Amino acid sequence: MQDFHYASQPFVVGRSTDTDFPACTTVEETLTTVLSHEWVNDEYKHMVVTASPKALTVKPGQFFHILCPSSDEGDLWFRRPQSVYAIDREGGRLEFLYKCVGRGTHGLATLKPGENCNILGPLGIGFTVDSAWKNIVVLGRGVGLATLAPISQMAGDAGVGVTAILSARNKEYLLSHERFEKIGASIVPVTDDDGSSDIQNVERILLELIAAARADAFYTCGSNRLFQVMKRLGAQHGIPGQIAMEQIMACGLGPCYVCVKTFEVNGERVLRRVCVEGPVFDIQEAVGC
Amino acid sequence: MLDLSVRIGQVELQNPVMPASGAFSTEYASVIDINRLGALVAKTVSRNFRAGNPPPRAAEVEGGMINSIGLPTKGLQYFLDAQLPDYKQYSPPLVASISAEDADDFQAMARDINVPGVDVIEINISCPTRKPGGGNFALHAEHAHDIVTRVRAETDKPIWAKLSPNAGEIVDVAMAAEDAGADALTVANTILAMKINVNTFRPALGNKIGGMSGPAVKPIVLRMVYQISKAVSVPIIGCGGISNAEDVIEYMLAGASAVEIGYVNFRNPTAMISIINGLEDWCNKRGIRRIADLTGAVRDGDMETDTYVAAAQGF
Repeated sequence: MQDFHYASQPFVVGRSTDTDFPACTTVEETLTTVLSHEWVNDEYKHMVVTASPKALTVKPGQFFHILCPSSDEGDLWFRRPQSVYAIDREGGRLEFLYKCVGRGTHGLATLKPGENCNILGPLGIGFTVDSAWKNIVVLGRGVGLATLAPISQMAGDAGVGVTAILSARNKEYLLSHERFEKIGASIVPVTDDDGSSDIQNVERILLELIAAARADAFYTCGSNRLFQVMKRLGAQHGIPGQIAMEQIMACGLGPCYVCVKTFEVNGERVLRRVCVEGPVFDIQEAVGC
Repeated sequence: MLDLSVRIGQVELQNPVMPASGAFSTEYASVIDINRLGALVAKTVSRNFRAGNPPPRAAEVEGGMINSIGLPTKGLQYFLDAQLPDYKQYSPPLVASISAEDADDFQAMARDINVPGVDVIEINISCPTRKPGGGNFALHAEHAHDIVTRVRAETDKPIWAKLSPNAGEIVDVAMAAEDAGADALTVANTILAMKINVNTFRPALGNKIGGMSGPAVKPIVLRMVYQISKAVSVPIIGCGGISNAEDVIEYMLAGASAVEIGYVNFRNPTAMISIINGLEDWCNKRGIRRIADLTGAVRDGDMETDTYVAAAQGF
């Protein structure tokens, strides 16, 4: 007797499992539908997907663990963590802005509008904003700017002034310029081609903001060099800071202990998991990103 | 009425699906109803704090992953004080997993974890990345026998010995563990493996080598379960590359009474629930009333061994 029926789905990328999620769970593995998916330049792609009510509880700095299709004949065996770029609660949509670097992101880039994408989330601990802060500074480079966009939006909506120092190779890679403009952020673009992204210049800009009392808190993502200068100035001037970090990740939920990074807490080195103890950490406790 | 329950010695499980040690924690309750699982299997605990291995700790490979986490643990006292009460909020039996650097400490660990709330002690004598002599006792029958004997002396709780697929003669190790008093055998841990990045010339793992898991290892471990089941009479828990209900059925036919599931939890955290649902569907469609009847039900007893006769019979 031949029986070609599979009781459970065979192992195919992108398939979701038909599970009832108990109401008490905060995380969902769900299939979203891609609404649009456009190249921003030759390396970055912008994807908009539908989102369930649970997915829409995501906060800036939190992430989704995405089961990417493959761009070749093989399969992908790990999910890829991606922080949210924008959260549209009214429209029921989420946006991701990512850089195509390896098999996972190149595979993700093959998704067309109308196709399904399996996402797990929302996951991790996001950014926070203290209601006492009047002005914050976000400093990011490359794809790190995508992670900083939603926290800038949230701060802006709460009436907090945002200065966004956007670093990139050249103007073409200054992602999210319009997005930060729309928020009403004061934008300081710095690029490699004119030398303005030099670390000394970024430090000078930060010091000016501190002197002008426009830096109640620091936020950074995407560059170890920029993080180090923000950490140093933050320590010198008593400015609290938050950093969003990345690491190779397996489960995304905590138990596998794959995505650890080193932190320094009260002079002692400790390992923390980026997926559940981050991805947003205290900038003074981070050692390197 | 379908009966999905299975029995591993004295322990009754509501279904044969459990997570594998190291691939699960109560953190999964944020995404699935973990009360539906056959049992809860905790991450391996050692006596003292261990930081684990340097990152990167995992890498994708064709058919699954390799990992070298290095058994990070907050230590035995933290397990007893914090993790055990956390697990006991849930209804399935709790399988605690222990490891140690030497035989004396293994014995002492068994004594110290012999507390109410722990329903089963799984002894991880097979973590592939431990240094020689540093806990990988399942490579040799006499070492495995020694550890199981010592643990047996300390506890009346069920002991599951988790074997290593890296042993030269895993059937001998299985028989030694049974002889020393193991109540069940978990077959198996990960298979030693490596990946090198051809752009950077660097090993993909911080520990250089690690253990492979995922669908690619399933046929290898299934063969081990099959051979061991012919040689021992204690129950076997199949563990290796399971990603759907059919894989569970296959392991049971080969001789497993239950299964542990690792890798696929990382890719689809809802997979264990989907697999339990899938087992129900599969049994109902086949008219199977008791899933436990599938254990060892592979139809191999009447297979013709003479090649010409087999060929003549249409095989």
